[in-house]
Amino acid sequence: MRKLATCLLLLSAAATPAWAQLRLTITEGVTDPIPIAVVPFSRAVPADGGLDVAEVIQRDLESTGRFKAMARNDMVFKPTTAAEVDSPGWKQQRVDYVVVGRVSAQADGQVRIDAELVNVLTGQRISGPYSVVAASKLRNGAHRVADVLYEKIIGVKGAFATRIAYVSVDGKPPAQRYELYVADADGANRVRILESRLPIMSPAWSPDGEWSAYVSFERRVSAIFVQHRQSGKKTMVSARAGINGAPSYSPDGKKLAITLSGSNGNLDIYLLELATNQLTRLTDDPGIDTEAVVARDGTVYFTSDRSGAPQIYRVTPGSTERPKRVTFTGNYNARPRISPDGKQLAMLTQAEGAYRIAIQDLANGAVQVLSKGRQEESPSFAPNGAMLIFAGRERGQGVLQTVSVDGQISARLDADAGEVREPVWGPFLP
Amino acid sequence: MTMKNLVSISALLASLTLLAGCPAKKPDVPPPPPTPTSDTTGVEDPNATVGDTDASMGPSGELLSKRIVYFEFDRADITADSQTVVNAHAAYLAKNPAQKVRLEGHADERGSREYNIGLGERRGQAVRRALALQGVAETQLTTVSYGEERPAAAGSDEQAYGANRRVEIVYLK
Repeated sequence: MRKLATCLLLLSAAATPAWAQLRLTITEGVTDPIPIAVVPFSRAVPADGGLDVAEVIQRDLESTGRFKAMARNDMVFKPTTAAEVDSPGWKQQRVDYVVVGRVSAQADGQVRIDAELVNVLTGQRISGPYSVVAASKLRNGAHRVADVLYEKIIGVKGAFATRIAYVSVDGKPPAQRYELYVADADGANRVRILESRLPIMSPAWSPDGEWSAYVSFERRVSAIFVQHRQSGKKTMVSARAGINGAPSYSPDGKKLAITLSGSNGNLDIYLLELATNQLTRLTDDPGIDTEAVVARDGTVYFTSDRSGAPQIYRVTPGSTERPKRVTFTGNYNARPRISPDGKQLAMLTQAEGAYRIAIQDLANGAVQVLSKGRQEESPSFAPNGAMLIFAGRERGQGVLQTVSVDGQISARLDADAGEVREPVWGPFLP
Repeated sequence: MTMKNLVSISALLASLTLLAGCPAKKPDVPPPPPTPTSDTTGVEDPNATVGDTDASMGPSGELLSKRIVYFEFDRADITADSQTVVNAHAAYLAKNPAQKVRLEGHADERGSREYNIGLGERRGQAVRRALALQGVAETQLTTVSYGEERPAAAGSDEQAYGANRRVEIVYLK
C-alpha cells in the first residue's frame, strides 16, 4: 500500500544564486521511505559561494520519494567524516543511513566535494563518492554526489545531475508568448533558449546533451531547428512545404526522425541525416503518421491512425516489412517513448475517458496506467529509466509531473507563472 | 477515397439545403470565438512574417465575413452549416483568381500535440479540397496546421473545444 506523503520541497533561495522557477512537491511516495540523515558538510572554502551542498543532496534524495531525511535540528552530533559516525547512536534515532562530507578547495582553484555513506545497521562505511568541479558548478557537483549515493543505496544510478527542457506559455489566447527553457532536473538554473509569439513545440535532446531540436512556427509555418546549447547557434534543418514536425534524435545523434506532410497534407515519417540533409522515407500511408522515436536498436516507433484511431507502430529502417502495430489496449495510444534499456514503451493513452500516461512491457504487451489526471501528455524517460516526466494540468494550468515507472511515486513541478508543458528529460552528462 | 466522398456528399447536401432556403441553425453550434484572431490583433509580432494579412482583408457580406469553419470532435468533414460558408468563399475566390487565402487548421487541446497537428492539417486539407472542387485554383490555396498550439478560446470545456476545432480562412494581401 501507498500513502500520500505531502512533503513540500521548496528550492530555497540559499541553495542557488541562479533562481529556480519550478517548485517540486511529492504527491505520492512509498509507504516506508528509507530514513536517512544528511549531515551538513564541513566547508573550508570561500569559493563555495555559500552553497549548502548537503542540502542539495538531501533534497535530491527526498525528491525521489524513496527517502525521509532527518531534520538538522534533531541531529545530536554533526560528524563530517565516516570515522566520527557513532552508528549505534544514529540507529537509536531510527536512521538507516548517514551521509557526511566535506567541501574543500583544490590547489588549482577547483572545489572538491567528499562524501561518505555509513550504513548504521551494519556499520559499513562506503567512502568514495566525490566530485571535483569549478566553483561555479558546485551545485552540479552536489547532484553528481547524490547520483552515486542514490546508486549505493537503491542500486540504480540517480539522475539528479541531468537537465530537462520544456516549453512555457504565457498570456491568454490568442495573444500568447512561447518560450523554450533548459533547466536542471530539479528545476534550478533555468535558461531560456528561445522565445516567440508563435508556437514553439516538440523539444528534443541530442544524445550528448549538447543540442536541442524543436519545432518553431516563427515563420508562420512549421520548421525544425537544431540549436547548440552553449553557443546558442541555431540552424533551420527542415522547412519543407507542409508540416515539419516531431523531431527526435537517433541514438548516434547523426539523424533526426521527423514528420513531413508535403503540400498534400499527408503526414509520414522520415529520417533526416543532419550532415548531408539527406531524407529517407520510412512510412507511406494516407493516415497520420507522426511522433517517431528511434530506439537504441535502430527500430523506429511512431503514432499512426492508419487503423482509424491513433496507435503505436514499429518499423525497421532498411527493411521491406510493413510497419507492425504494437499497442492493442484501448482506442487511443500516441506519443511513444522507449526506455533506455529498450524494454518498455511509455505513451499517452485514453483511460476512463481521460488522457493518461501508460507504460507497456514490450516483451509481453502488459500495459499499466501510471498517472491519474484528466489531461496528461508528453511522457519522457529519465536517463536512468526509473522515472518519467510528463505534462499534466492543475487548476487549468499546465504543470510538469514525474512518476516512477512502477507508478508508486509521483511528484509535481509547479511553475511560478504561466503554463509549462512538453518536458523532455536530457541524457546523462559526461 | 472516403474523405473525397464525404466532402462531395456534404457539398451536395449543402447545395440542396441552400436550394431549400436558409439552413436552420443548429442549437449546438459552437459559439464564435472572440474576434479578431491572433493574425489581426495588431499585437507586435517580431518573429512573424508580418504584413501579409489584415482584419479588413477580403470580401464582406453575411457569409463571406464568416471566416471560420468549425468541426466535430475528431472529425475533418465539413458540416452542412459550415458548407454554406465554404461555398460562399469558393464562389468569391473562383471569381477572383488573383486572391490567395491561407487555410489555418486547428484542433482542441485533448490528446497528443503532434497528432493534433495532423488533425488540424486534415481539416485544412478538407477545406482546401472543398474549395478546389468548386473551381478555386490550387495556386490560390495554402494550408498550415497549428494543432492545439493557437487556441481561439481558453478553457477545458466543450464550449472552448468547439471554438478551437476550426479552420480559419485567412485572406492574404
